[in-house]
Amino acid sequence: MARAMEQYLRPGISTTPFCPGCGHGILLGLILRSIHALGIDIGEMVFVSGIGCAAWIPSPHFKADTLHTTHGRAIAFATGAKLYNPKLRVMVISGDGDLSSIGGNHLIHAARRDIDIKVVCANNMIYGMTGGQVAATTPVGSTTSTTPLGNPDRPFDLCKLVEAAGARYVARYSVTQPMALMESIKKSLFFKGFSFIEVLSPCPTQFGSKNLLESASKMMEWLKENCIPREEAERLSPEELEGKIVTGEWVDVEVNTS
Amino acid sequence: MGWKRLKASLLPGRYYLSGNEAVAEGAIAAGCRFYGGYPITPSSEIMERMARRLGEIGGVFVQMEDELSSIAAVIGASWAGAKAMTATSGPGFSLMMENIGYAAFTETPCVIVDIQRAGPATGQATRVGSGDIMQAKWGSHGDYQIIALSPWSVQEMYDGAIRAFNVAERYRVPTFLLGDEAVGHLRETLEIRPWVRAFDRRKSKGRPPFDSKNPRQIPPMPTFGEGENLLVTGSTHEGFGIRRADDPEVHSRLVRRLNDKILLNKQDIVEVEELFLEDAVVAVLCYGFTARSALTAVKQLRDKGYKVGFFRLKTIWPFPHEQIAQMSEEVEKFFVPEMNRGQVAGEAMKSSRCEVVPYCQTNGEIIPPEVIRKELMRLL
Repeated sequence: MARAMEQYLRPGISTTPFCPGCGHGILLGLILRSIHALGIDIGEMVFVSGIGCAAWIPSPHFKADTLHTTHGRAIAFATGAKLYNPKLRVMVISGDGDLSSIGGNHLIHAARRDIDIKVVCANNMIYGMTGGQVAATTPVGSTTSTTPLGNPDRPFDLCKLVEAAGARYVARYSVTQPMALMESIKKSLFFKGFSFIEVLSPCPTQFGSKNLLESASKMMEWLKENCIPREEAERLSPEELEGKIVTGEWVDVEVNTS
Repeated sequence: MGWKRLKASLLPGRYYLSGNEAVAEGAIAAGCRFYGGYPITPSSEIMERMARRLGEIGGVFVQMEDELSSIAAVIGASWAGAKAMTATSGPGFSLMMENIGYAAFTETPCVIVDIQRAGPATGQATRVGSGDIMQAKWGSHGDYQIIALSPWSVQEMYDGAIRAFNVAERYRVPTFLLGDEAVGHLRETLEIRPWVRAFDRRKSKGRPPFDSKNPRQIPPMPTFGEGENLLVTGSTHEGFGIRRADDPEVHSRLVRRLNDKILLNKQDIVEVEELFLEDAVVAVLCYGFTARSALTAVKQLRDKGYKVGFFRLKTIWPFPHEQIAQMSEEVEKFFVPEMNRGQVAGEAMKSSRCEVVPYCQTNGEIIPPEVIRKELMRLL
């Protein structure tokens, strides 16, 4: 199976640039496996990404049309490509800082306009590439290189944000929930309308190392422990939910094309 | 691919339009089928007309959430195969700068119309200026080349839009139509001819889209969905788009080629208009709306026997240094009236071998012919 995914990689690509323990490689593999499972010709897809570690998931790895853009603007570039040629299957893959902070405006407006693109947001809760600075998704109290005394600000709930903006498909999973995440990616690949999947992806190098999760396995364990399915979360009290990341599907209202 | 003849999108004949309306018609005539924009005075009439006209002919119009996304959508559409355009004014132009650099570096053809108003900042939002000349050239970080045209009439807003698309597609470069409020809101007669000469980007399957052996030659540009597995990136890249961000050789070669492809083709890109220069002692070096006042002043002075000439920049970038150097051997002085603090005068000083006398007016008003006439009299 691992070798089978090679057919979707650009020739000459042998390794990814991701750090040991980074979740982005798992996400990369799951996206390719989803495409493979559905029998989609990857060459007929366009992958658009911004700037940051997650933006490197499709570019240069995927053997498809890839557009590696400026910081925060991936969705706006994708909007132009999709509107001009609606036949293109367009997927945006980028990070939380890129899509929700510097590019937050484009995220909510693309959801509002219901642009028929698939957005996969790899959320590592920190700015990885630039050295571990606080992000709009960093949990309260976390240490980062720009919040040495702990993050004083509340993070975005990206799924609620995008749902409120009008997205038709909204889901959140962690790379530690690979089967559920893959089902979600597969769903979005054939989905009509704006879809958004937030993917919790560990960053042991920048987030873990500053927050007592210094090894890759500890970071993974932490995600496994704290990411709980929606159904389970509904049974918990607000106190028990403190610090948990709820995963699952939130909105699923496909455009009626009949 | 290459040159083709298109039927004009309006019936041939004479029309009475504003400059901004003419830009929209010129763009459509050139084959523009994608417009992404954000409203801003004094350019909004362009997007309003594009919204209506693209709807009529089956193009794509989208009003984006800001200027950052407008130019991003234009670049995305261009890679999806569109001849794509946006229009703006100073503040929006400033916001577009990062992605303009991206378009230059990824060799993405696109047209940006800047209807200049009096800045800096919000400045005089409804008044005229031409303070974006240097920003058009140097607004994004790094060393790159763009093409900028400077129309002075409604006719040239139409023809200039067509030419902007042709050079953008031919040289794979972001191209600016640097109008100003006065020429954008000017109303006069426009002649629509039955045919338009249009250039479409060249394609060549399997060839590197980001390199060419001969720096004068422009690499072919494939489109998404053609099976080329395009790798487009704003990072330093080799011929097929593979990132080589830490390779000094690749970066220096790429930056040089992107500069050379415009500068070595300067002769085909640059257009100037020269009148009454055979015996001129002083030449007015002008562009944009100010050139209208300048021509009136020059004609009035010549009627009285003064030896003044008229030298108009139809292309501002790349800058016609060669023509200016040559002309500076023949005249004693260049007089440069501008609605900024001497942006073109300063550039002309780099190549002129005679004195360059700037006249700078930044009050949100056009420079009237009598001011230019009076200033010229002092130099004669």
